[in-house]
Amino acid sequence: MVVDRPQVTPQVTDATDVTVVRRRAAAVRRRGIVVRLGLMAVPAAFFCVFFAYPVAAIVGRGLHEGGHWRFGRIGDVLGDAGIRHVLWFTCWQAAASTALTLAVALPGAYVFARLDFPGKRLLRAVVTVPFVLPTVVAGSAFLALLGRGGFTDSLWGVRLDTSVWAILIAHVFFNYAVVVRTVGGLWAQLDPRQEEAARMLGASRPAAWRQITLPALGPAVAAAALMVFLFTFTSFGVVQILGGPTYSTLEVEIYRQTAQLLDLPTAAVLTLVQFAAVGAILAVHAWTVRRRESTLRLVDAGTTAHRPRGGERALLGGVLAVIALLILLPLGVLVARSLDGPDGYGFTFYRSLNSLGTSSTFVVAPLETVGNSLRYAAVATVIALAVGGLAAAALVRRAGRLVRGFDALLMLPLGTSAVTVGFGFLITLDKPPLDLRSSWILVPLAQALVGVPFVVRVMLPVLRAVDDRLREAAAVLGASPLRVWREIELPLVGRALAVAAGFAFAVSLGEFGATVFIARPDSPTLPVAVARLLGRAGPDTYGQAMALSTILMLVCAASLLVLENLRPRAKGADPSPGEF
Amino acid sequence: MNTIRRRAVGALVLATVGATVLAACGSDSSGGSGDTSSPGTGGSAKKSTTVTLVSHDSFAASDAVLKEFTKETGYTVKVLRGGDAGAAVNQAILTKDHPQGDVFFGVDNTLLSRALDNGLFTPYTAKDLGQVPADVQLDAAEHRVTPIDSGDVCVNYDRAYFTTHKLTPPTTFADLVKPQYKNLLVTENVATSSPGLAFLLGSAASYGDDQWQAYWKQLKSNGVEVVDSWEQAYNERFSGSAAGKKAKGDKPLVVSYASSPPAEVVGVTPAPAQSPVGVATGTCFRQIEFAGLLHGAKNTAGGQALIDFMLSKAFQEDMPLNMYVDPVRKDAAEPEVFTKYGAKITDPESMAPDKIAAKRDEWAKSWSSIVLK
Repeated sequence: MVVDRPQVTPQVTDATDVTVVRRRAAAVRRRGIVVRLGLMAVPAAFFCVFFAYPVAAIVGRGLHEGGHWRFGRIGDVLGDAGIRHVLWFTCWQAAASTALTLAVALPGAYVFARLDFPGKRLLRAVVTVPFVLPTVVAGSAFLALLGRGGFTDSLWGVRLDTSVWAILIAHVFFNYAVVVRTVGGLWAQLDPRQEEAARMLGASRPAAWRQITLPALGPAVAAAALMVFLFTFTSFGVVQILGGPTYSTLEVEIYRQTAQLLDLPTAAVLTLVQFAAVGAILAVHAWTVRRRESTLRLVDAGTTAHRPRGGERALLGGVLAVIALLILLPLGVLVARSLDGPDGYGFTFYRSLNSLGTSSTFVVAPLETVGNSLRYAAVATVIALAVGGLAAAALVRRAGRLVRGFDALLMLPLGTSAVTVGFGFLITLDKPPLDLRSSWILVPLAQALVGVPFVVRVMLPVLRAVDDRLREAAAVLGASPLRVWREIELPLVGRALAVAAGFAFAVSLGEFGATVFIARPDSPTLPVAVARLLGRAGPDTYGQAMALSTILMLVCAASLLVLENLRPRAKGADPSPGEF
Repeated sequence: MNTIRRRAVGALVLATVGATVLAACGSDSSGGSGDTSSPGTGGSAKKSTTVTLVSHDSFAASDAVLKEFTKETGYTVKVLRGGDAGAAVNQAILTKDHPQGDVFFGVDNTLLSRALDNGLFTPYTAKDLGQVPADVQLDAAEHRVTPIDSGDVCVNYDRAYFTTHKLTPPTTFADLVKPQYKNLLVTENVATSSPGLAFLLGSAASYGDDQWQAYWKQLKSNGVEVVDSWEQAYNERFSGSAAGKKAKGDKPLVVSYASSPPAEVVGVTPAPAQSPVGVATGTCFRQIEFAGLLHGAKNTAGGQALIDFMLSKAFQEDMPLNMYVDPVRKDAAEPEVFTKYGAKITDPESMAPDKIAAKRDEWAKSWSSIVLK
């Protein structure tokens, strides 16, 4: 794939040409504004209808009582020492989890981006599996690792369950793939020759890395950090299961106030507090990133990876050991439990799963849940790519406050309690033409809301790295916007598109989103069926839940492998610099 | 070239992308609803042959029984479910101006006052109400809700543990604070779990409004462990369940249901003489679940027919093995696995719904300051 193109500057020879070029340039710029507004229309409408309106409605209902706004509630709630403690814990555990995830996963990002080793593709799909597992299931695997009688207990007598360490380590487990995929995606496309050139000019390896690679990676690292932070900031199941009842996050508190106690005023205040915290984080993110994003030399990912040499072998070994210990071991526990039947190891639970779907509305045949999951995930991915892709395209060019604000707004759903959005849906999407409450489409729409931030954050650094002059030159030379996009941007962003699609797909497979807590028409997905099985007593239900979880893992890994192979390839994939 | 043409192209790009999105959604809607088990998703307002039941995650019924209802009445049941009982009731309250369905099932005595105070239901006297004992008819004056099932939250014990340790299993609340049961009990967080709340209410009913705090202080010093959900307590921490054995649970006492022992032997061949799980019969709190016709229901006649059907013998006898609850109908036979392996709970604790509504927040707060701090 040729992407390392020479920059084309129109050759200016005489005065008339200059005028023509100027006029064209002005027209291109004018058109740029129109196109950008046009591009923003769809994501803006999506965001308003499926996020801003429902959230505003549920917060409004909480704070607007008997014809008056009760802002006094804010003081009451914030004055509560328990709430302040929850807020403090939520923030610091998210910051610590993010730092720990980056520290553990950045070497992994390098290894997956730059080193060739057997089984790399499969392993990249496998590290994403935790992301889709229901937290109840993953939490149970973690207890087997860190809890009483678990791996660390039997080896060193160390029990980490109900300690904050269990929460932090589990957050690394869940979010490892976010860093590996977001950062690794860009890293693989950075031209290694730049760093090599710097070294040839006398820079030491660390200096070359610090001055060439790190600044280029900055935006992707910041994007990954932002998403991990938002995800851990709104952590729900992990904190409940591994932290025990003494640890509580803002998300848990909002869920309790909304879904259990129906104390909407308190929930509304907590939601506003959550917005304030997320807003602050987004501002910090925008501030750190704004100056760093730059045009980069992007090359085909296939050409940058090499067999490990020297110290890289040790690095590869270290990363593989971390993956084995942190990700494969817990997943292995689940698989082992799914096979550990009443008559020794075997497929008893898998076989008994098949007989479940026949008689009752409660459980459904596993094949049907796989179909439901894949169908929802496919629709959610299409929606997220369309909305997120358009948004990213609109945000590519550096622009004024309005556009930057739009960028931040699109991130908000990641940092907002699912129960707030879900209950907001209930009271807003209940009248024609938006009577979507009992429609199946609400589920993928809600999941796309979580998928869009991933698509935008993955696409944006790559899109911005595309040399603007390439685009402008092509436009000035008369290429249509569609052609510019097809010939210049698509080949460069194909990989990012695949990574983004992978996230959107995984978000949906993993049942993230606002519809989790609300009643919906019955076409249960894999995670829902797992949760139902875990929710009842019985000699086989737990084993069946583990078997179904194993099927979920396989479906996830297989889908991601297929998705990566689907990614658009540029025509004429042979790297011959100079072709234009 | 002229800018107009380029603008037109730009607009075309947008239109194409937009159309693709719509087409993708549209085409999937036909593929999606064709395969799913819920017919008529989306615009279901055409005829009133569908009656919509809104419920919580645990609702279950046999397909055959629901088909029987369709055969008898001509109505097809569409089920919307999500969240636990508390979340489901609160959703119904939030949407009471535009209800999601015709009938709500799953409001229990701990949540009943909230539902009734919010005017969730339209009164309807079910046909077979005469078959239902008076003590479970908690809205007998107005019939806004109809009792459908009952169940008891009780301490369960791991039979094998007490046999091998030559220890008598506890039977009452008072037993649980005895030293021989130190560090053996796991229960659920009152704030996040409905059996957790029921167990607290049971202890409060047994010891009185002012004495239960002292009881829980004793439980705390006797080493009671608290986790957030029933799933964790029963599947991970309890040593007597099939799940807990896999997860190497080490607590032989757990707060669960009186129906857990039969559930543990359903489908086990050859049938064991006893369930591996036993029930401390003096530690029970009775939960009663109700159904009601939602105020503003689109299909009132269908909703009434569904409530009648839920009290019919066919539905009542189908319920136990689907939801692990007891039928409220006097003449409904229990399945053999219930009579053989289940415990007879003769005198469970109970509490008036309005008292629960008045006290629960205050009690939950003081409970967590005693037990969790």
